[in-house]
Amino acid sequence: MLSIKNLHASIEGTPILRGIDLEVKAGEVHAIMGPNGSGKSTLASVLAGREEYEVTEGEVKFKGKDLLDLAPEDRAREGVFLAFQYPVEIPGVSTTNFLRTAVNQVREYRGQDPLDAVKFLSVMKEKMKLVEMDQKLLSRSLNEGFSGGEKKRNEIFQMAMLEPTLAVLDETDSGLDIDALRIVSNGVNKLKSPDTATIVVTHYQRLLDYIVPDYVHVLYNGRIVKSGTKELALELEEKGYDWIKEEANAASV
Amino acid sequence: MATAIKTDILNAFLDKIDESNFSSLKEKAQQRLRETGLPGIKDEEYKFTSILRKIEKSIENFSCAAASELSEEDVQESLPQGFSGDYLVINNGKPELNLSKISSQHYKVTLLSEAENQTLGSIAKIEKDPFTALNSASFADGLSISVDKNSKIEQPIFILLFNKANQGEVINSRLLIEIGENAEVSFLENTISLDERAYFANQVVEVKASPNSQTKYAKLQNESRNAITVNNFETDIHRDAVFTSTVISLNGDMVRNNLSLNLLDSGCEGNMYGLYLLNGKTHVDNHTNVDHTKPHAESNELYKGILTDSSRGVFNGKIFVRQDAQKTNAFQQNNNILLSEDATINTKPQLEIWADDVKCSHGCTTGQLDEEALFYLQARGLGRDQARGFLLYAFAGEIMEYISDDSFRQQVIDLVQERLGSQI
Repeated sequence: MLSIKNLHASIEGTPILRGIDLEVKAGEVHAIMGPNGSGKSTLASVLAGREEYEVTEGEVKFKGKDLLDLAPEDRAREGVFLAFQYPVEIPGVSTTNFLRTAVNQVREYRGQDPLDAVKFLSVMKEKMKLVEMDQKLLSRSLNEGFSGGEKKRNEIFQMAMLEPTLAVLDETDSGLDIDALRIVSNGVNKLKSPDTATIVVTHYQRLLDYIVPDYVHVLYNGRIVKSGTKELALELEEKGYDWIKEEANAASV
Repeated sequence: MATAIKTDILNAFLDKIDESNFSSLKEKAQQRLRETGLPGIKDEEYKFTSILRKIEKSIENFSCAAASELSEEDVQESLPQGFSGDYLVINNGKPELNLSKISSQHYKVTLLSEAENQTLGSIAKIEKDPFTALNSASFADGLSISVDKNSKIEQPIFILLFNKANQGEVINSRLLIEIGENAEVSFLENTISLDERAYFANQVVEVKASPNSQTKYAKLQNESRNAITVNNFETDIHRDAVFTSTVISLNGDMVRNNLSLNLLDSGCEGNMYGLYLLNGKTHVDNHTNVDHTKPHAESNELYKGILTDSSRGVFNGKIFVRQDAQKTNAFQQNNNILLSEDATINTKPQLEIWADDVKCSHGCTTGQLDEEALFYLQARGLGRDQARGFLLYAFAGEIMEYISDDSFRQQVIDLVQERLGSQI
C-alpha cells in the first residue's frame, strides 16, 4: 500500500529525514518511535504534504501512485489521513459544516454520490459513538476551546468520517490521560480492517498496549535504525533510547 | 482649512441651490460651506480619504441629480428573496411613496417637505462634518419616519435607495428617524446603482432613539465600481435605549462612513458592527464615534475587513468617555486580513477617557491567512481555494449574524460567499 524509498526531506535547508525506507501493507499497524527530534513528526507531515518540508530525494508510492506529486487535499482524497499532533482551532467553522464539505469532496473524488444532510447526520451519529463524542461539541467551532482529549477524539472522529485507507497518527497519545487514551485507541482499533493500514507515531510505549503494532521502527537522526515487533517497544520502554543511539552512532562511524 | 482646490465647483454648486424648502437650514449650511470648503487631504479627518479629489477626478457635472425612471419591477427585484415586510423607496434622494409599501399602523412616514420638523438638522449638525453641511445645503426632500411609542414593529422596514447619474451627479438623500419610547424596530438598507456611471451620493441619516427603545439598523453597501459615497449617520440614544448598527461594505469606488452614536443618558447601549470585503481599487473608510456622556452606559464595536488587490481600508474608532460617565463599559475591536501585497489598511483607535471608573478596551489586528489552518483543512480533503474561502468566511461570518432579518442576512451571505469563493 505504502512504499517509502530512500526518503530525504529538509526544512529551510536543514535535512531532517536522511533516507527512510518503509513498506506498509494493507492490514498492518506500524509504530514509529524514537527520541525527540529524530524526525517522527516530519515523516508524518511529509506524507500528508505539509509545504514547509522539501523532499530532496527518494520516492513515496501510495497504492501505486506517486504520493509526493499530489496536493495535500488529493492525498486526503486518495485515502491518506493525518491525525495532527496539534489539531488547529478554527473559530467560526463548526465541525459538522466543515466535515460535510470534506466528506463530500472526498466522495466526489472517489466517484461516490454526495451525502445529503439527513444521511450525513445518520453517518455522523454512528461514528460519534466510536469515540464517545458529544454532539454539542460538533456544533461548536472546530476545536475551539476543546480540551486536549476532545481535540484528539475529534481527530479520530474525522478519520472515521473520511474512511481513509492509510491513517497516520502523529503523537495522538501525547498529553492524554488514561481514559482519553483508551477511548481514542478504541476508536482506532474499531476502524482497522484488512484493507486499511495504520502508522502510529509515538513517543511512549503506553499507546502500544492499546493499539498493538505488527512492526515497531525506531527513528534516529532521520533514519530508521532498528525495526522489530512489539517486543522492541517494550525493550525501549525498559532501557530508553541511549542504547539505540550508541548502536546507531557506532554503526555510522 | 479652505483647502478646496477647485472652490469654484463648490461655489457654483451652492449658487444654484433651490431654496424653496428648508430655507433656514440651507442658508446656514451654505454659509458654513463657503467658509470651510470641502475637506482635502490636509484635513486630519479626511487625510486617507480624499472625497474631494475623487469628485474632481470622476464627477463631471457637480450638480444635483434629478429622479430617474424607476419601476415597480426594479423595486421588487431589489428586495431580498422572501422578504415580506414594508419598504420605502428613494429615487436619487427623492422619496417614492407610491412605489413603497407601508402596511404597519405603528409608524408614520411623511415627506420632510410636508411638515416642518424641529429635530431635522439638530442631530446631524452642519458644523460636525462638511458633507453633512453639503447635504443640508442642497437636499430637495427626504423622509421622516416616526415609530409610535410602546409599539413593536414586527417586520423590519427596508429602505431601498436607487442611485443613478441623471443630468446632475450629486445625489442627496436624507432620513430622519424618530423611535418613540419603548418602541422596537429594525431597519434594513440597501443602495442600488442603476448603471455604472459615476455619481456622488451624499447621505445623511438622523436617528433619535427615545428612552427604552430598541433599534437595529443594518446597511448593505454594494454600489457600482464608480460610486463615490459619503454617509453621515448620527444617532442620539436616550435613557435605557439600545441601538445597533451593522454595516456591510462590498463595493464602490470610494466610500466614507461617518457613524456616530451619542449615548446621552444612563443605561443606554450602542453597538456598531461592520464588515468590509474589498477588492479592485475600492476604498472604504469607516469613521465611528461613540460618545459616553452619562454613567452606566455600554458600547460594543467590532469591525472586520478582508482586503485584496489594491483595495484600501480605513478604520478610525473614536470613543469618548466624559467625566460624568462613570461605570462605562466600552469595547472596540478591529481585525483585518490582507490577501495581497498592494492592499492597505489604516486602522486607528482613538480613546479619550475623562472618567476614572470605567472599563474600556480596544484592539486591532492585521494579518494574513493562517497557513497551518489552511493545511489542516486541505489535509481533510478540501481544495486550497475552498479551504481559503472557508477560513475567510469563518472570519467574516460573525458580523452577518448581527443582521436579524433572515432574508436580508441570506442576501448578504450569498454576496459574501460569492466574493470569497466559498460555499458553506
